[in-house]
Amino acid sequence: MREKQLNLSPSPGDEVKTTTCYMCACRCGIKVWLTDGKIRYIQGNPAHPVNQGVLCAKGAAGIMQHYSPARLNKPMLRVGERGSGEFREIEWDEALQLATDWLRPIRERNPDELAFFTGRDQSQALTGWWAQQFGTINYAAHGGFCSVNMAAGGLYTLGGSFWEFGEPDWEHARYFMLWGVAEDHDSNPIKLGLGKLKQSGAKIVAVNPVRTGYGAIADEWIGIRPGTDGLFAFALIHELLKADRIDLDYLVRYANAHWLVIRNPGGADDGLFARDAEGNPLCWDRNASTHANAAHGAEAPAGAIDISPAVVGEFTLADGRVAVPVFQLIADRYLNPQYAPERVSERCGVPVDTIKRIAGELAEAAFESNLSLPIAWTDAWGREHSEMVGRPVAMHAMRGISAHSNGFHTCRALHLLQLLLGAVDTPGSFRYQPPYPRPIPPLNRPGKTRNDNGVLDASPLGFVHTPEDLLVDAEGQPRRIDHAYSWAYPLAAHGMLHTVIRNAHAGDPYKIDTLLMFMANMSWNSAMNTRETMQWLTDKDDSGEYRIPRIIYSDAYASEMVAYADLVLPDTTYLERHDCISLLDRPISDADGAADAIRHPVFDPATQAADPDNHPRDVRGFQSVLLDLGARLGLPGMVHADGSPQYRDYADYIVRHERAPGVGLLAGWRGAEGTQHGKGPPNPKQLDMYIANNGFWREEIPEHARYFKMANRGYLEWAHRFGFIGGTEPIVLQLYSETLQKFRLAAQGHGALQPPPEHRERVATYFDPLPFWYEPFEGAELSGNDTSNSPTRHSREGGNPATSLSLDAASSSDIGNATNHFPLSAITQRPMFMYHAWGSQNAWLRQIATRNWLYLHPSTGAKYGIASEDWVDVTSHHGSITVQARFANNMQPDTVWSWNAIGKRKGAWKLAKDAPESEKGFLLNHLISDKLPKSDYANADPVTGQAAWFDLRVSIRKSDAADAIAQPQFAPLASTEASEQPLRYGADLRNKVYGQ
Amino acid sequence: MHPALSIVFFTTLSGAGYGLLTWLGISVFLLQSRGSAAAPLASMQLLAAIIALVLVTAGLLCSLAHLGQPQRAWRALSQWRTSWLSREGVMALLTYIPALTMTILLWRGVRSADSAAFLALAGVLTTVMAMATVACTAMIYASLKPIPAWRHPLVVPVYLVLSLLSGAALLFVLMLWKLPGATGVATVLPSLSLIAVVAALTKFIYWREIDRAPLPADRAAAVGLPGRTVQTFEAPHTEANYITREMVFQIARDRASQLRLLAYGLFAGVPILLTLLGMAAPSSVVFTLPLAAVSILAGVFVERWLFFAEAKHVVALYY
Amino acid sequence: MTMLPPPSKVKLGLVIDLDTCVGCHACATSCKEWNAGGIAGPLTDEKPYGKDPSGVWFNRVHSYEVEAESLLRPIPAPAGSKAPQPAMTLHFPRSCLHCETPACVTVCPTGASYKRAEDGIVLVDEDKCIGCQLCSWACPYGAREYSPVEGVMKKCTLCVDRIYNQNLEESERQPACVQACPTKARHFGDLGDPESKVSKLVAERGGVALLPQLDYKPVNRYLPPRPRRNGEDANAVAEPDGGALELSSKRWLDRILNR
Ligand SMILES: Nc1nc2c(c(=O)[nH]1)N[C@H]1C(S)=C(S)[C@@H](COP(=O)(O)OP(=O)(O)OC[C@H]3O[C@@H](n4cnc5c(=O)[nH]c(N)nc54)[C@H](O)[C@@H]3O)O[C@H]1N2
Ligand SMILES: Nc1nc2c(c(=O)[nH]1)N[C@H]1C(S)=C(S)[C@@H](COP(=O)(O)OP(=O)(O)OC[C@H]3O[C@@H](n4cnc5c(=O)[nH]c(N)nc54)[C@H](O)[C@@H]3O)O[C@H]1N2
Ligand code: SF4
Ligand code: SF4
Ligand code: SF4
Ligand code: SF4
Ligand code: SF4
Ligand SMILES: [Mo]
Repeated sequence: MREKQLNLSPSPGDEVKTTTCYMCACRCGIKVWLTDGKIRYIQGNPAHPVNQGVLCAKGAAGIMQHYSPARLNKPMLRVGERGSGEFREIEWDEALQLATDWLRPIRERNPDELAFFTGRDQSQALTGWWAQQFGTINYAAHGGFCSVNMAAGGLYTLGGSFWEFGEPDWEHARYFMLWGVAEDHDSNPIKLGLGKLKQSGAKIVAVNPVRTGYGAIADEWIGIRPGTDGLFAFALIHELLKADRIDLDYLVRYANAHWLVIRNPGGADDGLFARDAEGNPLCWDRNASTHANAAHGAEAPAGAIDISPAVVGEFTLADGRVAVPVFQLIADRYLNPQYAPERVSERCGVPVDTIKRIAGELAEAAFESNLSLPIAWTDAWGREHSEMVGRPVAMHAMRGISAHSNGFHTCRALHLLQLLLGAVDTPGSFRYQPPYPRPIPPLNRPGKTRNDNGVLDASPLGFVHTPEDLLVDAEGQPRRIDHAYSWAYPLAAHGMLHTVIRNAHAGDPYKIDTLLMFMANMSWNSAMNTRETMQWLTDKDDSGEYRIPRIIYSDAYASEMVAYADLVLPDTTYLERHDCISLLDRPISDADGAADAIRHPVFDPATQAADPDNHPRDVRGFQSVLLDLGARLGLPGMVHADGSPQYRDYADYIVRHERAPGVGLLAGWRGAEGTQHGKGPPNPKQLDMYIANNGFWREEIPEHARYFKMANRGYLEWAHRFGFIGGTEPIVLQLYSETLQKFRLAAQGHGALQPPPEHRERVATYFDPLPFWYEPFEGAELSGNDTSNSPTRHSREGGNPATSLSLDAASSSDIGNATNHFPLSAITQRPMFMYHAWGSQNAWLRQIATRNWLYLHPSTGAKYGIASEDWVDVTSHHGSITVQARFANNMQPDTVWSWNAIGKRKGAWKLAKDAPESEKGFLLNHLISDKLPKSDYANADPVTGQAAWFDLRVSIRKSDAADAIAQPQFAPLASTEASEQPLRYGADLRNKVYGQ
Repeated sequence: MHPALSIVFFTTLSGAGYGLLTWLGISVFLLQSRGSAAAPLASMQLLAAIIALVLVTAGLLCSLAHLGQPQRAWRALSQWRTSWLSREGVMALLTYIPALTMTILLWRGVRSADSAAFLALAGVLTTVMAMATVACTAMIYASLKPIPAWRHPLVVPVYLVLSLLSGAALLFVLMLWKLPGATGVATVLPSLSLIAVVAALTKFIYWREIDRAPLPADRAAAVGLPGRTVQTFEAPHTEANYITREMVFQIARDRASQLRLLAYGLFAGVPILLTLLGMAAPSSVVFTLPLAAVSILAGVFVERWLFFAEAKHVVALYY
Repeated sequence: MTMLPPPSKVKLGLVIDLDTCVGCHACATSCKEWNAGGIAGPLTDEKPYGKDPSGVWFNRVHSYEVEAESLLRPIPAPAGSKAPQPAMTLHFPRSCLHCETPACVTVCPTGASYKRAEDGIVLVDEDKCIGCQLCSWACPYGAREYSPVEGVMKKCTLCVDRIYNQNLEESERQPACVQACPTKARHFGDLGDPESKVSKLVAERGGVALLPQLDYKPVNRYLPPRPRRNGEDANAVAEPDGGALELSSKRWLDRILNR
């Protein structure tokens, strides 16, 4: 017999389209191969800067996402009770007319009665602008419950941040610390980068209570206790300071280490920078001799060059005030024995030796690697440098840091650690991705007032600089429905989606009329206090009206949230619409270049069968729908003078809309001929040019401009040319945050705008201008060691080691004992193969995990008499769930954890009613309160309002429940189940090529 | 390994069928080479042959039904050079030739010395080929390196002896039925006990040895890290898949040992007791012998179930 | 056909770097999507949205916990490591190893299973397969997947319809799983050629064949995790003044800094 003759060169498809993946927010370039109008294969696009040809598990399962039986097919109007999931299909005209009729009176009456919140969306450049044109201040995306601690921690310190706004120098790093990252948004870039570090032999250290995923390949795993990274970081800082292994030259050149801080306890200027008449910050130049203090220098503008600034000491200024350099405050605070490894070790669960050794390794990698790139560059002051000296220590951190109520300060602590090592945008370190760095904090402030045409004076989201920027009323009470930018959460730069539903239900601070939501599963996995959230959504007042009168929701799939909408606007799948990955939103740039991208329709949804009977789907891209609605409402910027729509659809908007003259959503191929990049008039052929270029645009940063971006003239000029920054002044990195101090001063009774009494102590405590650590709120309040409302620690000055910072209680194991009702931390992790709720409808991805377990360490199991596979009751101060446990050794024993968002509500996502997702899978969210146990604040960071998902404390015990089913269960949603027929995807494709 | 009931059931029955054919072949050969047999004996033999053929055919058909593409089963005859399954198929088909010849001759009756010789030859061939077929069946399993319990040298003997045991029991029952009052029945009873003892002994040694022989590797070696201690953290998929359903069958140790006792009892203990009873009170054989036969078949069934259920596939190391 | 061809010079296979694999399952799903419509498709999924979904996968990713090595290490330490190794989490993708002497082929009664003479790829000719499943029993590595719906055996094809595919750009002529792997932990090449990139990688990193004692002679190799560096040999921070605590900022008073 001969071997079978095989066709080894089958056609990979009739046609290939390059677009952008949206199985998650990483936004990789993909090539979609089609055969007979069906997807043959989706591959990574090797030409694309984000993923360079690789693809993740989700991206490669895109076929099943596009053909998901849970896709929505037509607009739907609620017919049953809200929450039951009973709808009637309606036509788009009716749907849009209804929405217009609902929204028009709101806009006329009070635009703030529309709360517009978007979830995992990536079109904030449009949605934010739309909200601004509508005139509501009540707009935000998911960042507030996601990682605003990282964004704000970074933007208020470095003018850039972890998240997707910076990246480790994967090429040159010798030492890489990964803090609290399981997956992150930069899914493929991080994996590509880790692969590179593995090749180069750099040491990888994972700081994480759990050792999975990235931690699995790390050279060293540090199984820290949740919420204590700040302590660990400060101990490292302590060691580095103690050994004088820091980069002071870097600190005075690029950061504000030498800036003078006024020391005037009780005074209105205490803690502010000493400034000259022009407002320039001052330093103490030891070379200067124009002053009475001639012997040892004089004050000088801190931005001057060729001076020798003092970093320690106390100086009397010409005006008689006393000031100390920022670094003096840093040294005083972190040299304090409080932060010695011996003192923090027990609380964070990291051995003293390990802390000391890591500090040593960091210093060695930073200062002894002798990395220097032979690239000449010019600094912001015009000085030439012949090389770029590296500090090859890179760090990356995400929600393990940010999803705690001390996340903002912990994030700042990590940045402080990086800065002390000179490891920000130096070769081998953390690097900015354009358009970052930006001025600190970024200049755009949240919109506050409406113009005559009803348009808000600025986009609803922005960065608060002073108390004057807050959105509070005359009494200091919140103006936003989510209480963002109020005294309770002043720097809530991304809004607070996690408080919206409670507040809308309670009418706090006022009643709203319509909740418009997009791509946010707010009745399930993205809600804290899930059970009550569902009740708030359906609750009625005495007159029998829903307390939240109207809910409009756009989803692409039959999620848990759809059931709570009155009007459902069905979105397309990611292969059916135009999208824009804009530099005005969350760009896909990398450290060596700026980039943006588009998505364009691979399919017309009308050709995509809604059901086995081949009814066409009648869905529309939400962005186009939003513009249509805007035009129907006559919103400024969306209609011509005659009232006709200004934009045909989103694609048209992407091309023609200009935010400022020459600045549009896309930076590439601007100008009539498409020859201008960055800025330029609209180009009608712009989208075609993107499509011809694999769907993206990327502009490389010149080689000499790729490091020291905050003070590299080449970079600053380049970035200015592309419109990323307003000028070419260097950006001074803020070790000490005067912005925070301004809030603290207000809380101490200074200035025109002061917090209401109930918030004073809180603001004074948590607006510490230098990063500090405090016990995460939930544990602290449960232990009675409540720091959130009656803080036990103050002191920004920390000058006297003996009197300041009484960390003792916190750093001892008392915390563990005091919280013995809830002795364990409970956290979640992102599974690499699933994106939140979306993955479970995917026939391939769900096979990897149809359910989750609660992982616990065997020693923890033994302690509580639990065996692996036992069902356990898990209880927090807020609620209780019954779930199945499993042992795992690769974790910190005082922590339990599970994969995030695997549990599904029965009836959602078209899964069978007995699907493991709902019978055995579970959410930790039922245990997570949206409020703190004792005080009335949100379960959130006191600075940014970031949801503190990972502060959760629980107790566990073996369950008496007899039936092996996860609790709680909720009434199944009224929805049909997908067919149980075997799925033979590809059978016809194969037959076509190979015959049968 | 997953003990598919259909396979267990039918290897038991077809094993008995081939055992019956084996004994029948011997008896036909002995009688024919001694001269022609008495009529009642011949009709008993004919009945036995028919029953045996029904059993083996049912077994074959059932194994066909077990295939994903039974219509292509003929292809399974092609790879006899390497595949024991192919050899089994070929042998099973070939065995039909002497067995059918023998059956036809028995049916038509022996009319000449030539045909007697022919029948004797058919008998011998049937015996040899029936045993060979059983051996091939056993070799399907015994050739599989990933399942150490099946690689044991006693696997083939056990298959053979159990086939002989159940075949003998069936034959004796037929003799009892067709040759009432014949003294022969009582006299062959000790031989049944003897086979049962041999079967029990072989199986005892087999079980003792497989209990002692662990899998040829541990999980650490399976993932290429010999010397380390490796535990499963997460399986690739939370629900069962083909491999786990088919190959990672777990049976509790004490349950297995109870079942082993049951198997011993059924295929050896009970029949031996019953034959002893039969020898002491020859009239009781009418009840005891059929009972013993049923017990043996049941015992083989349990043994076969355990043969699958207890066998660990190396792939289990990965789960 | 199920007779093995004489050993081929070209031995195509995968090299999987366990030091780099983060267990992301990209190789598993990319394999599934290419092959669903490929030469071995469909990779049928039963109860895709139901209680116990179960599908055909050519590549499955396991995760393990590896215990710390005890101080009294019985076996020789991995080359280059001084300290006993700490506990690890190990991700382990498992697919067909395209063995040189695979019983999965020789047990096949129909000739459906075969090993290609020219490059050693082990394939199933689904048109001949009767679905007896014996080959799956014969594979120690669990690399064969039976689909009851299709009634035939399926397995990794080493993407034979990609690696020679003239319709793909040359750089894309590699298995789907290799192309997708985001950490680049998967490598494809000719392990029969000692000069190939994959062979050199195996030599350099001590790549292992799984379960060699079974004598299937797998072609695929796994690169074991490199020794972990949890710092047994590193120094603590050098303390400038001989270790005396320096908790005062005075030392920086005289530091001359340049801006
Ligand atoms: N316990 C716990 N809970 C958490 C977290 C945690 O770590 N632990 N993390 C939190 C974080 S950071 C986040 S970001 C949230 C995420 O939570 P969500 O933002 O709620 O994410 P999903 O539930 O995946 O998706 C939202 C909705 O988008 C829909 N969707 C998908 N594609 C499209 C589309 O193309 N168009 C439209 N219109 N809709 C689409 C989905 O069907 C889904 O209903 O979860 C939060 N919840
Ligand atoms: N595959 C996939 N990718 C995603 C998502 C997804 O759902 N699936 N979601 C996207 C979204 S919206 C987000 S916000 C990002 C989030 O991406 P990640 O930041 O990776 O988020 P998580 O998995 O929630 O948590 C990160 C890690 O923090 C650890 N951790 C918890 N508490 C602590 C602590 O106190 N200290 C330390 N050091 N570690 C701690 C957890 O064990 C976990 O490993 O991922 C994005 N990417
Ligand atoms: S990381 Fe994966 S899912 Fe996310 S965009 Fe990239 S390929 Fe798609
Ligand atoms: S891994 Fe298994 S299926 Fe693949 S060649 Fe080896 S024995 Fe055959
Ligand atoms: S299942 Fe198919 S490929 Fe496997 S042994 Fe049987 S006939 Fe051969
Ligand atoms: S080589 Fe091809 S068929 Fe084999 S595991 Fe990789 S992707 Fe799957
Ligand atoms: S794709 Fe690569 S990193 Fe991911 S599981 Fe497979 S081999 Fe490991
Ligand atoms: Mo998020």
